[in-house]
Amino acid sequence: MARLQEIDYGTPKRETDKTVTLTIDGQSVEVPEGTSIMRAAAEVGQQVPKLCATDMLDSWGSCRMCLVEVEGVRGTPASCTTPARDGMVVRTQTQRLEKIRRGVMELYISDHPLDCLTCSANGDCELQDTAGEVGLRDVRYGFGGEKHFGEAAEAKDTSNPYFSFDPEKCIVCSRCVRACEQVQGTFALTIDGRGFDSKVSAGTAADDFFGSECVSCGACVQACPTATLTEKTVEAHGTPNRTVLTTCAYCGVGCSFKAEMQGDQVVRMTPYKDGGANEGHSCVKGRFAWGYASHKDRITTPMVRDRITDPWRKVDWDEAIQFAADRFKAIQEKHGRASIGGITSSRCTNEEVYVVQKMIRAAFGNNNVDTCARVCHSPTGYGLKTTLGTSAGTQNFKSVEKADVILVIGANPTDGHPVFASRMKKRLRQGAKLIVADPRRIDLVRTPHVEASQHLQLRPGTNVALMNALAHVVVTEDLVDEAFVAERCDSEEFGRWRAFVAEERNAPEALSESIGVAAETIRAAARLYATGGNAAIYYGLGVTEHSQGSTMVMAMANLAMATGNFGREGVGVNPLRGQNNVQGSCDMGSFPHELPGYRHVSDDAVRGAFEADWGVTLSNEPGRRIPNMFADAIDGGFRGMFVQGEDIAQSDPNTRHVTAALEALECLVVQDLFLNETAAFAHVFLPGTSFLEKDGTFTNAERRINRVRPVMPPKSGLSESEAVCRLARAMGYPMTYDHPSRIMDEIARLTPTFAGVSFERLDREGSLQWPVTEKAPNGTPTMHIGGFVRGKGRFMITEYVPTQERANRSFPLILTTGRILSQYNVGAQTRRTENSRWHEADRLEIHPFDAEERGIADGEMVSIQSRMGAITLQAEISERMPQGVVYTTFHHPSSGANVITTEYSDWATNCPEYKVTAVQVARSNRPSEWQLEHEEVRRTHYRRSMEPAE
Amino acid sequence: MSETIQDLTRMANQIADFFRAYPEAEALDGIAGHIRDFWTRPMRDRLDAHIAAGGEGLDPFVIKALSPASQDA
Repeated sequence: MARLQEIDYGTPKRETDKTVTLTIDGQSVEVPEGTSIMRAAAEVGQQVPKLCATDMLDSWGSCRMCLVEVEGVRGTPASCTTPARDGMVVRTQTQRLEKIRRGVMELYISDHPLDCLTCSANGDCELQDTAGEVGLRDVRYGFGGEKHFGEAAEAKDTSNPYFSFDPEKCIVCSRCVRACEQVQGTFALTIDGRGFDSKVSAGTAADDFFGSECVSCGACVQACPTATLTEKTVEAHGTPNRTVLTTCAYCGVGCSFKAEMQGDQVVRMTPYKDGGANEGHSCVKGRFAWGYASHKDRITTPMVRDRITDPWRKVDWDEAIQFAADRFKAIQEKHGRASIGGITSSRCTNEEVYVVQKMIRAAFGNNNVDTCARVCHSPTGYGLKTTLGTSAGTQNFKSVEKADVILVIGANPTDGHPVFASRMKKRLRQGAKLIVADPRRIDLVRTPHVEASQHLQLRPGTNVALMNALAHVVVTEDLVDEAFVAERCDSEEFGRWRAFVAEERNAPEALSESIGVAAETIRAAARLYATGGNAAIYYGLGVTEHSQGSTMVMAMANLAMATGNFGREGVGVNPLRGQNNVQGSCDMGSFPHELPGYRHVSDDAVRGAFEADWGVTLSNEPGRRIPNMFADAIDGGFRGMFVQGEDIAQSDPNTRHVTAALEALECLVVQDLFLNETAAFAHVFLPGTSFLEKDGTFTNAERRINRVRPVMPPKSGLSESEAVCRLARAMGYPMTYDHPSRIMDEIARLTPTFAGVSFERLDREGSLQWPVTEKAPNGTPTMHIGGFVRGKGRFMITEYVPTQERANRSFPLILTTGRILSQYNVGAQTRRTENSRWHEADRLEIHPFDAEERGIADGEMVSIQSRMGAITLQAEISERMPQGVVYTTFHHPSSGANVITTEYSDWATNCPEYKVTAVQVARSNRPSEWQLEHEEVRRTHYRRSMEPAE
Repeated sequence: MSETIQDLTRMANQIADFFRAYPEAEALDGIAGHIRDFWTRPMRDRLDAHIAAGGEGLDPFVIKALSPASQDA
């Protein structure tokens, strides 16, 4: 489409059923009560000139450009700050208003450079547009402004890698400062000085943007009406001339973006206001870190090799596909149908994932398909399906605006899900209460204008004990929502659960020592959660990546059911999904025991429907999970693997075990953007497509199905789904789609929760939240209204079973792992962007006492040793850590964070226990043995044919 | 190594740890059902063979849940 310029209504939309009717320039308009005159005018196409107003921000009333006349009212009120009232008669354009506006504009322009033709915002500047609108023809005061112009101006700040700040062009409208406060919630910017000396500043006078608390979300850049804050890509290339609406490929928030283009070159990505997940906000990854898509490391030609130590040989698609198919078929002929399998990716579209699982089930002839959700949110699927009846979160993101108490468990939203965190912080600033359960003092515990009522700084591995203790308080202090439970839940299961949690051994006083939190603090948190109004739980991998991950998910569902916190806005149990399409990849039948729509492979009726549609007989036996594949690869029973867009050699636990398995395979096919860690062990490399080349859908953490639209053709010449279809055909199974929309049509035909989904509907309506069924034709933003999907809610007994991974004298500290704002997962994408300037290496966070005891100074190299292995990282002494717990990220492959994680896993799903590894830390001056070996692998396993063989 | 019998034993015992909180008949059903629904046939066969050989290290609940008598009931 041509460049999409969204209407800026000037002030935010009001949400109320009450309306008022007024007349603006002779037109009658009905708007929600509380709507500004400015917005009401915009609703009927009368844009009032404005500079300090924009509809992402509350009105400010400083620029005096939006004045209007109101019958019966003296003077000329600002339309942005004046609410519309019943019967008002407003005029937005009169000779008097024209004269005032022109006079105000003269003042602005007298202190602003007149370099419009060479300005980066030329053609995209609200100041320029408004000067035109008000008919500015002369400036009586001259053009030599003393405060923000010429020599008086401070130097341009280009410290941020993605945008520049040019104080000379600033009109001090405060939109950037207010965006940082109201939209992002970081409060990094301020107005320094008073009156004419007022200037925007990133923190103190000594701070530049890069050194400040700015998180580079881009909200200020988007809000700026001039070229003061401008994307460097716009400075380099000019303003975009066309727009493609698409969806971010990073975290599970799934923000909608406008890809703003010149030809097939992305000029910038700007968040889309009508995007249901983000409503016009973004973070540093989605907004700016998309340069990896055209990074020089991209592999765009298929490659093959006989042995993993051979140099890669570039081939055409036909040869690569035939090579893979021949090897897979030979393996199956020799070792049986079940000797190969594959893994789908949460970074790929629903359609791409669907065809991979279909290829495995129909062409490979087995159920050896698994997905990266195995190592993140598989317990969410198990736990929520068992208790509520469906494997998904219960709310949309907007729901948090109605929450009164927010319980964040094992999640760090300001780093992991920053756009949702901004929404959450906004609600917290409005007065909602916050409880944080996390071993680390994450930013949310205390951040500008937000402070947790309770920080339950529990010991890693004691989640279930904490949840049982909270439930004990609810049950024994008579805080159960008896009416809700009686109407909505299975009474027998509830009775058993009530008796279980009421036992004294589950009292906070009994569990306090294990949990590491004072009993009274636990009691206070329980009372707040149960009595504070709408209570919503948000959680992340700090819940799932434990040996009791599934138990914990059920325990949270129990607590929410007992307190009546389901089935309306503002409540629920909500997983914050790590990758953009975790929900979708699970929905699409990526687990070895389930066909699309979470239906067991042993269900004859379901399997029969797929068999009829696909024209093939399907196995009714559960296939291998990822850890089973690894184990059997080492044992020789599993010999061929297709890996779609995942880097299991970096992301999965116990790296030595994983790489030994990959090394043992006779055929490993990797479909990816880059030669990643896993590709070191591959025989076939099929070039993948970035999100900018994909045509399909992603489903985010709120079950929202969003379109992903290509802004350029696949750099490899072939879409990922077509490559998979070709491989399936080469394996002997006919699989052909003339367009990705046909894949979605098939998904809808075979998956009841997707019954009403199609590309055509998504293109028309923007997005849909499943289930989209006959009963819910427009989707389901809030689940379980009036009843649970499974019928009666099922309370499960959640006995606390301590993990077998224990600290001891040899390994006295507990390591827990996580992520950071600027990097994403294994870093394959973000490491190839300027984001690495914020996080060049993984570091080990350690409490000052633990560091001092070991003679470790901040910044020193330290060895971290577990019973699985050792790595060497730089230490960062941090009071965010509790004593006895250390933390690192796994964004950089050479760090090898997963060399030291263990094989322990969730009892129900085998989700690895990344969050609890017993370690010892000591000063070190050399890389670990594994790190040295890894360097060698990088030298020997990545050569391409143009490089000389050894 | 393919999941060793020690690995399978640990995993099965973890499953038993969860279902142990339920009345015995339900717990046995839960254990057997979980292993049937999520484990591959070769894994189940190996565990059955281990039980047939005495089931060293296995939680008695697992042995009872997977014993032929219990399966037939």
